[in-house]
Amino acid sequence: MKSASKSYILFSLLLLSSLFALSCGKSRQGGDVLAGDAAQRVYVAPGQKDEFYWFMSGGFSGHVAVYGIPSGRLFKQIPVFSVYPENGYGFDEETKNMLMTTHGFIPWDDAHHPEISLTKGVQDGRWLFINGNNTPRIARLDLKTFDTAEILEIPNSGGNHASPFLTENTEYLMAATRFAVPVPQQAIPVESAADGKFKGTITMVKVDPQTGRMGIDLQVLVPGFDYDIAHCGKGPSHDWCFFTTYNTEQAYKMLEIEASKNDKDYILAFNWALAQHCLSQGKAKDFSGTYYDNFHPENKPAVSEKRSGVKLMNPADCPGVMYFLPTPKSPHGADVDPTGEYIVGGGKLATVIPVHSFSKFQKAIQDKSNILKEVGGIPVLKYESTLGGEVQKPCLGPLHTEFDGKGNAYTSCFVSSEIVKWKIGSWEILDRVPAYYSIGHLSIAGGDSAQPSAKYMIALNKITKDRYLPVGPEVPQSAQLYDISGSKMKMLSDFPTVGEPHYAQGVPAALLADKAQKIYELDKNDHPFATKTEEEAKVVRDGKVVHVYMTAIRSHFKPDVVELKVGDTAFFHVTSLEQDYDIDHGFAIEGMTVPNALLMPGETKTVRFDATTEGVYPFYCTDFCSALHQEMQQYVRVTK
Amino acid sequence: MFQKLSTTNRFLVFLVGTMLILLYFLPLWSIHLVAPQYPEGLGMYIWMSKITGHSAHDLQNINLLNHYVGMDKIIESSIPELRFMPYIAGFMIFGAMFTLFYDRLLMVYLGILNFFLVGAAGLWDFWRWEYNYGHHLNPDAPISIPGMTYQPPLIGCKQLLNITSCSWPHWGGAFLFLSVLLLGYVVWSERRKNRG
Repeated sequence: MKSASKSYILFSLLLLSSLFALSCGKSRQGGDVLAGDAAQRVYVAPGQKDEFYWFMSGGFSGHVAVYGIPSGRLFKQIPVFSVYPENGYGFDEETKNMLMTTHGFIPWDDAHHPEISLTKGVQDGRWLFINGNNTPRIARLDLKTFDTAEILEIPNSGGNHASPFLTENTEYLMAATRFAVPVPQQAIPVESAADGKFKGTITMVKVDPQTGRMGIDLQVLVPGFDYDIAHCGKGPSHDWCFFTTYNTEQAYKMLEIEASKNDKDYILAFNWALAQHCLSQGKAKDFSGTYYDNFHPENKPAVSEKRSGVKLMNPADCPGVMYFLPTPKSPHGADVDPTGEYIVGGGKLATVIPVHSFSKFQKAIQDKSNILKEVGGIPVLKYESTLGGEVQKPCLGPLHTEFDGKGNAYTSCFVSSEIVKWKIGSWEILDRVPAYYSIGHLSIAGGDSAQPSAKYMIALNKITKDRYLPVGPEVPQSAQLYDISGSKMKMLSDFPTVGEPHYAQGVPAALLADKAQKIYELDKNDHPFATKTEEEAKVVRDGKVVHVYMTAIRSHFKPDVVELKVGDTAFFHVTSLEQDYDIDHGFAIEGMTVPNALLMPGETKTVRFDATTEGVYPFYCTDFCSALHQEMQQYVRVTK
Repeated sequence: MFQKLSTTNRFLVFLVGTMLILLYFLPLWSIHLVAPQYPEGLGMYIWMSKITGHSAHDLQNINLLNHYVGMDKIIESSIPELRFMPYIAGFMIFGAMFTLFYDRLLMVYLGILNFFLVGAAGLWDFWRWEYNYGHHLNPDAPISIPGMTYQPPLIGCKQLLNITSCSWPHWGGAFLFLSVLLLGYVVWSERRKNRG
C-alpha cells in the first residue's frame, strides 16, 4: 500500500514536471546540440541533395508533405483529400472527381498514416498510401509523379484510423473503424453503443500488383471498440495483421474517463490469409454499403465510380481468423519488429511497454486453456500466454515504436515528451532523449519494414510553443531530427512542419530520385481535350457550352482572343506544349470562380469560366515561365 | 602514280571504306549548349541525314530558346544537304571498295582529293548555315541587342548571351579525319617504298 502511494506520488511529480516543462520558458534545452558535428551532419551544401525523402502526413491539412532529410527542407505538398488552390487540385475538371464520396464532394479530410508499398517487407517505392480518417477513405499516390492517383471510400466504417497498413507484399491494405457506428447505418439511439450495438469493421483492400488499383475484397465485422493503429506481420507472421484497440468499454460519451477504465484493452490479431481462404469458401455474405472509387489516370480526367455492396464476414464463421491479445492500457501503436516475431503495444496509459511474441501467440492458440472468454465471437487469450516481455518503467505515455534492424526499438512517449531506446529481448532501456514537445509518432526510414535504414530518426511533435519565432496563436508543428547511427541518440536539428504530421515514411533518395517524372510526354497525352499543336487550337460551341481548345507555350496562348456570349459556360482545356523540365505555365481569367490551372510540360487541364457579365476579361500565365512571362496575357470578350 | 598498293595499304583503304559506312550510324558533329538554367546542358547532333537532340526534346527546347532572339527554327526538312549527303558518302565508299580491285596509288590520290573537296564544301556549308542562323534574325524578335549576332562556332566554344555554345566533331567527324590521315599514310608509305 505504501509503495503504491509512493509510486503514485512519483507519477504525479513526473506529470507535474512535464507540465511544468511545457509551460516554462526556460526549457529551451538542446542548446548544446551545436557542439560537435551536429551542424555539419544536417548541412546539405548548395547543389547537393538530401539522403532521404521523408513523406509526412498533413493531418488536418489533408495533404502529404515531402521533406528532404537531413536538411529538413520542405520540397512539396501533395494534395490528397483536400483541395489545393496552388495547383487547382480538387477544383479543375481533371481532379474534382477525386474528392467525390457518398456524401457528395468533400474538399477536406484528416490524413494520418502514410505507408510506402512493400515487396517482401521492404519498401519498393512504387506507391504511397494514406488514410482519410473523417470520411473513411484511402488514397494511393504515384511515386513517379508524386500525385494522388486514386481514392477509395471505405463503407460501413466510422473514422478510418487504423489504416492503411499493408501486408508484406502489399497484397492488402487494412482499414479498421475508429469510431464504432451502427452497421449497417441506422438511427438507433446513441446510448445503445454501450449495449454493443455499434460495430467496427476490418476492411481488406486488395491492391493490383501491376496497376496499384484498389478494390474492397472483404469486410470483417468486429466489436464496436476503437481500432487505433495497426501493422501487419512479416516473415513468420506474414499472414497476420495486428490492430490496437481502445474504448473496449464501448463508451459513447466522456471517453476520456469512460474509455480509460479497463486495465487492459486488446490487440486484435487478424489472420488475413485465413480470411481470404474463408472468403473463397463462401463464408462471407453479401452486405450493403456504397462507396466511391475515384481514379486519376495520368494526364486525363479523373473517373468517379460509385459501387455498392461488399462481402461481409462474421469472425465466428471463420474460426481462428481473429484473437484478442489483452494489452495494457488504451494502446496506440501496434508495431511489428523487422523479424516479424515481436508485436509492440504502445500502451499510452500503461506503465510498461508490452511486447507480444508471435511464436508464443501461435503456441498459445493451440491450447484452449489460454482462452479467457469470447468477445463478439473472437477468443480472448491470457495476457501472459502471448507476452514476450515488458519494458519496465519506460516513460510516461508510450505511443509508438519503430526499429533500427540492429535489435533496438525506439518508443515515443507523449506525456514525458521523450524517446526511449530499448533492447529487444532483454527489454532494458539503453538511452533516452527529450522531444520538444509532446511527441506523437516517431519515424525511422523503413522503421516499420523488414529492412530499416536506421541513420536518422524524426520526432513528430504535437506541441510547438516556443521552439520557433512566434507567429500568432497558430504555430507550425515541430519536428526534431536525431542521429541514431551510434549507441546514443543525438539531436541534430529542429524544424517546423506543415499541417499536423501524424505518421511519416522515410525513403532512401536512391529509391525514388532517378525515376521521378520530369515532364508529361506530349506524344502520350491521351486527354480527350488535348490540343497538341497551335494549329489545332480552336473554340467549339455547343449551344451554351463552349469548349476552348487552348495551347500554352513560351510565351503565348492560342487562340489569341476568345469570344463568348453572356450565359455561356466555357471550359478552357489548356495544354502545355512545353517538353522541358520545370518550364511550367499557369492559366487564370479575371473573374474565374476556381483557382488557376497549373500546367506541367505536356499536361492538359480544364477550368470552367462562366460568362455572366459583358466585358473584356484578361487571362494570363500565373507561373513564371520565361523572360517574356509577363507578356503572356490575352483577352476573353463576353458580349450579349 | 599507277603503282600497285602493298597488301597492308590495300587493307587500310578497305578500312577507310568500312569507316565511312559507320557515318550512316554515327553523328558527324555535336553542338552543346550550357546556360545558368541548363547546367545539365542541351545539345544537338548533326548526322549525314538528320538532326537530333542530345535527349528526346532538346531540339524543340533549343528552337524555343532561339525564338527569343529571332533565330529560325532548326527543321530537318529545311536543310536539303541532309538529303544528298548519304549519296556522297556512298560514292566515296564505292571508290574505296573499287580500289580493292583497281589497287593503284592514283585511286588513293583521288580519294584524298575527294575528301578535301567534300570536307571543304561541307565545312563551308556548315559555316554558311550557322552564319545564316546567327545573322538572319526576325526583326520582331522579343530580344534584340544592337550589333549582336548568334552564329555558333564551327569548332570550339563561344559565349552567346547566357549560353556557352561548344561545337565539336562527333564520332562520325572523327572517323572522317581519321580516314584522311589513313589515306595520307598510305601515300607516304607507298612513296617511301618507291624511293627505297
